[in-house]
Amino acid sequence: MRGLIIGAVLSGIFVIAAVLSFLWTPYDILTLDVGNKLKTPNAANWLGTDHFGRDILSMIMMGARTSIAVALVAVGIGMVLGVPLGLWAAARRGHFIDELIMRGNDLIFAFPSLVIAILITAVFGASAVNAIIAIGIFNIPVFARLTRGGALSLWERDFILAARVSGKSAARISVEHILPNLANLLIVQGTIQFSLGILAEAALSYIGLGAQPPTASWGRMLADAQTLVSIAPHTALIPGGAIVLTVLGLNLMGDGLRDLLDPRIRVGRS
Amino acid sequence: MLRYALSRCVSLVISLIVASMVIFLIIEIVPGDPAAFMLGLNAQPEAVEALRAQLGLNASAPERYLTWVSGMLQGDFGTSYTYRAPISDLIADRIWVSLPLAVYALVLSTLIAFPAGIFAASRRGGAGDTAIMGATQIGVAIPNFWFAMILVLIFAINLRWFSAGGFVGWDKGFWLGLKSLTLPAIALALPQAAILARVMRSSLLDMLGEDFIRTARAKGLSKRQALWRHAVRNALIPVLTILGLQFSFLLAGGIVIEQVFFLPGLGRLIFQAISARDLIVVEGVVMLLVFSVIIVNFLVDLTYAAVDPRLRQRS
Repeated sequence: MRGLIIGAVLSGIFVIAAVLSFLWTPYDILTLDVGNKLKTPNAANWLGTDHFGRDILSMIMMGARTSIAVALVAVGIGMVLGVPLGLWAAARRGHFIDELIMRGNDLIFAFPSLVIAILITAVFGASAVNAIIAIGIFNIPVFARLTRGGALSLWERDFILAARVSGKSAARISVEHILPNLANLLIVQGTIQFSLGILAEAALSYIGLGAQPPTASWGRMLADAQTLVSIAPHTALIPGGAIVLTVLGLNLMGDGLRDLLDPRIRVGRS
Repeated sequence: MLRYALSRCVSLVISLIVASMVIFLIIEIVPGDPAAFMLGLNAQPEAVEALRAQLGLNASAPERYLTWVSGMLQGDFGTSYTYRAPISDLIADRIWVSLPLAVYALVLSTLIAFPAGIFAASRRGGAGDTAIMGATQIGVAIPNFWFAMILVLIFAINLRWFSAGGFVGWDKGFWLGLKSLTLPAIALALPQAAILARVMRSSLLDMLGEDFIRTARAKGLSKRQALWRHAVRNALIPVLTILGLQFSFLLAGGIVIEQVFFLPGLGRLIFQAISARDLIVVEGVVMLLVFSVIIVNFLVDLTYAAVDPRLRQRS
């Protein structure tokens, strides 16, 4: 329970920062003020300034927006495509379509995701949208597999048998009875994939294949900071700290939600 | 076992074929003419035409796919048009940085994670367990390339124990070569070690709840003896799978870490090829990485089945 609260507070801070950045940031990150560059944290710039004299706090807020948007949409892609595939495979257990979906999943799992993300962004151009697609594709098998696994055990239950006897089709049972019972499982996994998405977005923009300037991105900030790390360590420490705290918060929240939502684990493990 | 191995072989071959097709298709759907894409906007039509001929672009897509694959099977990845050198030579030069880096990181990750996971499981719920689990929570949240920058800041810039980047080359001696890979390997290994330690701990906890541990205790083994003689060995089985997955993470993750340390490995090759729009090099290196990951996963599956007979029957 404590982990859940700490996690929710940590990730909540960054969600609020991201939402707030639509309305207000301390400074405009598009205005460069080179005379004021590489300032350490002070009263005017709470987190200091970067090599162009931009306010780092404002950049962190705008970067939170990019990270959260990319990771959220990538999780959305994984759920929207993966969950129906998993439900379909479970409903047709052992049939050709089940086999096809699961082997397809295995195949995507066998790919090193970062390498394929690099390939996609290299070919189609570096942008936040292509980063989303590249990360999202690898979320599909995660949700398909999870959904199928959960759905298979639900199909054995009596209340599903009752629904079948009453003449409901497999598709209707999947949507009306199976899916609602998988919601907890999907929320927990969604939180974990969300945090992995933030890490992946940071890595892609760090190597220059994610969001392009002037869009602020934490990974991009770290790439800029790399040559400055010896003279202005704060330019590297702050964006990295933001990533770690967000991901840590989401992971703690995911673990906490799992313990909260799954009574079996609460008794068994903690 | 033979049957299982054969069925895995079939799916290995299918995976490789599909993987090569996917990579080929991604390059294929580059908007516009690949040759024009590679040469950029201001290219002369003759230059584009010459490159088209050199790339064999005038043949049909299936023909080109077959040429590409059969070339790779013979170790010929094609010719880079920016380096004007066979891609297999470019790869051969750089693999001696990337592969040792991944292996080094895997060794470090295992050396850290196994003791940490076993220690945490044997002191379940105690202060040591809590501390290790807390550390792993932070470990999985740290981006390895950022961790790498911190390591450079501390150990290269402030303490001057290591150089901040670059690779001296193996010809300067094994230890010097290893030294220049040490910071990159630590940066790669620690976040992976955090995952591995968690898996090791939970796998061991599962085993400690099994009946055979109670039997071992009942026949008079101490807790420690039961842990080391029976639980750890069985707990290693699921850990093995994760270890295989980790190798692919390390190989792919090395691409990013090489950027931080300016290491002349496959990652550098990919990025230089991307910025030079040298797609054949990108295609070849990506295929090689995917190939090694699929092969490693295949070997892990086989080892897994050799160790755990239950798995063979299931499929």
